[in-house]
Amino acid sequence: MQIMMDVAASGTMLPFGDTVLTAVLGYGVVFLGLLVLMAIVYLMGAVFKALGARKAAKAEAERNARAMPVAARAPAAAAKAPEKPLAPGAAGEVKRFDVPDKEAAMIMAIVADQLGKPLNELRFKSIKEVK
Amino acid sequence: MDIVETLKKLLGESGFAGFFQNGGWQNAVMIVIACVLLYLGIKKKFEPLLLVGIAFGCLLVNVSYFVGLTEADALYHPNLWTEFLDANSANYHSYGYILKNAGFLDILYIGVKAGLYPSLIFMGVGAMTDFGPLIARPSSLILGAAAQLGVFLAFFGASASGFFTGNQAASIGIIGGADGPTAIYLTTKLAPELLGAIAIAAYSYMALIPMIQPPIMKLLTTKKEREVVMTQAREVSKTEKIIFPIVVTIFCVLLLPSTAPLIGCLMLGNLWRECGVTERLSDTVQNALMNIITIFLGISVGATMAGSQFLTLQTILIVVLGLLAFCFSTVGGLLVGKIMYKVTGGKINPLIGSAGVSAVPMAARVSQIEGQKANPKNFLLMHAMGPNVAGVIGSAIAAGFLLKVFGG
Repeated sequence: MQIMMDVAASGTMLPFGDTVLTAVLGYGVVFLGLLVLMAIVYLMGAVFKALGARKAAKAEAERNARAMPVAARAPAAAAKAPEKPLAPGAAGEVKRFDVPDKEAAMIMAIVADQLGKPLNELRFKSIKEVK
Repeated sequence: MDIVETLKKLLGESGFAGFFQNGGWQNAVMIVIACVLLYLGIKKKFEPLLLVGIAFGCLLVNVSYFVGLTEADALYHPNLWTEFLDANSANYHSYGYILKNAGFLDILYIGVKAGLYPSLIFMGVGAMTDFGPLIARPSSLILGAAAQLGVFLAFFGASASGFFTGNQAASIGIIGGADGPTAIYLTTKLAPELLGAIAIAAYSYMALIPMIQPPIMKLLTTKKEREVVMTQAREVSKTEKIIFPIVVTIFCVLLLPSTAPLIGCLMLGNLWRECGVTERLSDTVQNALMNIITIFLGISVGATMAGSQFLTLQTILIVVLGLLAFCFSTVGGLLVGKIMYKVTGGKINPLIGSAGVSAVPMAARVSQIEGQKANPKNFLLMHAMGPNVAGVIGSAIAAGFLLKVFGG
């Protein structure tokens, strides 16, 4: 035991009952704290989703209102040159964080190859190096 | 001038003479340990950014401080800090006394003692962390909480063993949070005499996560569970990312004011990253400041590993209990991950639960690797980042609780 007494220990020994109580209470407090935080984040998400949906609906309505007269004015042109059908799926806009073009292209090609799917059927949202 | 006398004096006061003093062998052993740690950091790349500094700090203190020899040239003086912490000493909590008698490493150590370096490291971690996956899937927070199981089981084990006081057991338990700065912060406040051993255990096990976790993950999950491909989480808006750190700070600090330095710095760093108008500050905190503090923290924590304080039975027990803490934290995350798998009808891959032990982003990478081994089409990394960053918040809350209970 002498080897353990070289340096004065901080605090005092804890009775067994207090040890159990502290451990259970501590784990409970962590759980409770994060559960309440989870509820707050869910609530926050719901509010933002609702706001987003309202904004999207408004934008959609505005777009429709603007598109209507154009469609009515140029039916002939549309008939003359029908739009090329889009390839199934679209890569969309890839958000890149500190990833150069060449590396992004390579990553997308590798993922497509690994999955055995054509690139235009995959949708990449963002490419970011995990540092 | 008597050349022989001068040479005798030089030799008698040199470090070499220190090895032949009572307890000098401990310095020799610590020099070997420092070299082993340097090897692990440099060659094996075990958390090299911190371990190399810690190992060199250990080397510096053990070649400059010998019990029984003159302490004037020592870089770190354990006795000064013993007096600083002794309530009966005339120099109790006297930084003036420390500065008057300090060596170079004593001065750097003031930043650890004051809890400055761990908090600033947390600021950098916050600036480097994307909380998006956590905001997109808030249930990740449950996994972050579950993975604190090891903290409280190791606390229980250490305290019930009869070898440690409540303060020391709390500091040992926090190793299970797999969060180096939190472990250092809490230990400095509760049991500074164990700082060297706890920091070494925490950072070593964090580096060993790719070896510690996979066997437990395979043992506790079925192949079917590991194969689960999780659906893409929703996209999180910029505004949500800005509001999140503010909300977390308000809630966590109101719940446990003792978490304020850690949570406050973590969230301030994250706010700088997300708000979009403080890019310079975010960049500085992520890079320059983080590097500077890492240098100070590593060397000064290493300095606490003076042979006379480090080579004790307690250190061995801390290493064993620290490993158990890590394992049980992994088990806690995985078990709750399995419950979530059942509750959601197989939509959650339980492997992401093990990432709840923090150790950002190492633990999330392990979940990704194990998930992909079971199913090559599995991309769990971003899903595991949610519990991973939730674990950081969870371990800070656990530390805040223990500080409240034992900090007086």
